[in-house]
Amino acid sequence: MRLTDLPLRQPAYVDMIDWNALSATDGQRLREFGLIEGADVEALHHGGLLGRGPIACKIGRMTIAMRRAHAAAISVRIGDRDERA
Amino acid sequence: MSAFPLVALVGNPNAGKSALFNALTGARQKLGNYPGVTVERKAGRLSLSDGRPVELVDLPGTYSLDPTSPDEQVTRDVVLGKQSGERLPDALVVVIDASNLDNHLRFALELLSLGLPTVVALNMVDLASRDGLELDPAVLSRELGVPVVPTVAVRKRGLDDLRGQIETLLNPAPARAKALPGDFNAVRAEAKRIAKAAVVRETPSRRLTAAVDRIALHPVFGLFMLLGLLFIMFQAVYAWSEAPIAMIEGLAGTLSGAVTDALPDGLLRSFLVDGVINGVGSVVVFLPQILILFFFILMLEATGYMVRAAFLMDGLMARVGLSGRAFIPLLSSFACAVPGIMATRTIADSKDRLTTILIAPLMTCSARLPVYAVIIGAFIPARDVGLGVGLQGLVLFCLYVAGIVGAMLVALVLRMTVTKGASGSFLMEMPKYQWPRPRDVLLGLWQRAVIFLKRAGTIIFASTVILWLMLSFPKAPENSAVSQVNYSVAGRIANGLNVVLEPIGFNRDISLALIPAMAAREVAVSALATVYSLDADEDEAKLERSLGDRLKDNWPLPTALAFLAWFVFAPQCISTIAVTKRETNGWRWPLFMVGYLFALAYAAAGLTYWTATAAGL
Repeated sequence: MRLTDLPLRQPAYVDMIDWNALSATDGQRLREFGLIEGADVEALHHGGLLGRGPIACKIGRMTIAMRRAHAAAISVRIGDRDERA
Repeated sequence: MSAFPLVALVGNPNAGKSALFNALTGARQKLGNYPGVTVERKAGRLSLSDGRPVELVDLPGTYSLDPTSPDEQVTRDVVLGKQSGERLPDALVVVIDASNLDNHLRFALELLSLGLPTVVALNMVDLASRDGLELDPAVLSRELGVPVVPTVAVRKRGLDDLRGQIETLLNPAPARAKALPGDFNAVRAEAKRIAKAAVVRETPSRRLTAAVDRIALHPVFGLFMLLGLLFIMFQAVYAWSEAPIAMIEGLAGTLSGAVTDALPDGLLRSFLVDGVINGVGSVVVFLPQILILFFFILMLEATGYMVRAAFLMDGLMARVGLSGRAFIPLLSSFACAVPGIMATRTIADSKDRLTTILIAPLMTCSARLPVYAVIIGAFIPARDVGLGVGLQGLVLFCLYVAGIVGAMLVALVLRMTVTKGASGSFLMEMPKYQWPRPRDVLLGLWQRAVIFLKRAGTIIFASTVILWLMLSFPKAPENSAVSQVNYSVAGRIANGLNVVLEPIGFNRDISLALIPAMAAREVAVSALATVYSLDADEDEAKLERSLGDRLKDNWPLPTALAFLAWFVFAPQCISTIAVTKRETNGWRWPLFMVGYLFALAYAAAGLTYWTATAAGL
């Protein structure tokens, strides 16, 4: 499922990131934030009325905000990374 | 510049670097610019235990040595010794946030691979333990191969220890570079391993911040909270400033009374009373209001709320084609457009950035506050409209909102025409909430007050004096039917300009005030004060009256409203034009900006005047 569809406060991990959907700088920034395949992620807040605002999510001990377009490029799986096969 | 050893503070954004810099250097700071780029250079003096001075420079925060913005470029170039105007630092203080080790250690490893003598400041250890994270600095130090000092910059903890470590680093010793373990992912994995080793105890994180964010970032409550905060801010600008303003006014009154008594009637007395005391005094009187505004903005930044506000506003920003990041420079522009425009450097996309620069002057800067304040004070009754809300504060709030709405509309049009391009992005870290150290806030306010008073003493003083000269000469002949103002050079210029401005309800005095207001907007107030002060020369009783009362006698209400509307869009001051030229590398965009602002100001003032007149006000 995409990060945009992940229910709030549901622990998940990053399954795949479509780097081609992101600009080079945005991709680099995401990696620097620690958002890479395998990272734990939890959606915390959806900003803006009518659900068109950005998404705030927790990566490790950091909270970062990104637009929905970026979140849509990130596929996640529900569950704890350490428990997966 | 000096032979003192140079030590650079470097680290991720939100590592508490600036607070550490303030704590280490105190008020002995020097702000400047790196040559060729418009990145601010923040340097200060640090004394070692043996009294040796060290120059400490605070580098812009960055996530890696792979820059994505001009600020980050400077950081990289300085630590590599490639930045012109800066020596290679003799030592580095790498600041990392104790509660964000994984991420900050990755950058720390990159920095360690440079081989400069380094000490790591493990900052904000108090917030980490509040979050249930206990770390072992000794393990971290062993793994990194450099000293690690736990610090709490805002509480001044660990500073002596850090100073001692810096001293040790500066004693010549062979520096050892720690080789990087390979590509980005390998460095990341290594950072993660070290972080894991250093953790003694860990519980799920950030309860306090998470709890506050549930309300602060809520699409409905959060927005109400933001609007409420802004509203309180503008009410406070009026409510808290009454007493100090009365004090300054009293002082100016005593001063001009003393000068009037001491000197014979003549040119010198007129110069001192009408030009200097009335002119400069009428601007200095707004210092309390400007400081209140800055106090709120500094608090919003230091507590970590500013990024939340950007998050809430991003939906709206996206709709007009801007980056959510633009919200921070725009909010700073409420204080002054110059730092606001400089702050746009954090916006990576060039079209995005240009649009933000072009609309920044529409945010009501603090220099416009004196203009608004004097007109509102004179023409809007100090009535309570219910619920303890004052009408004056409400009108002020509306003027700010008008600027914001105007800016959004202009951005929308610009993004569809001259700055057409891909839509912006918004990728930001949200720092933990934290209570700022009062000293840091006071230091910020002090720096602002000095800047404002310097302006009052230089630009505003000079413009006021020149205007006084132009208003006082040539002298109108005795018993002339033409008043002194109309007879003077300035009056004649203004009468010419008035042909263009009369249709929108402006009188000659306003035309007169608008010319020097190009130097700095608040000069409009001192200019009006000088004009009415000179006009009242013959009449002692009139002289005693405040500027507000004199305006009320001379202006119909529609004119006052049109004047307010003009200043919502007012073509900006010379400093803004200069910084825009510097940031956009040429005259094209500043000229475009001045042109469109003039057109908007004219249209807005005209519409206001015609509507108000038609409504019979």
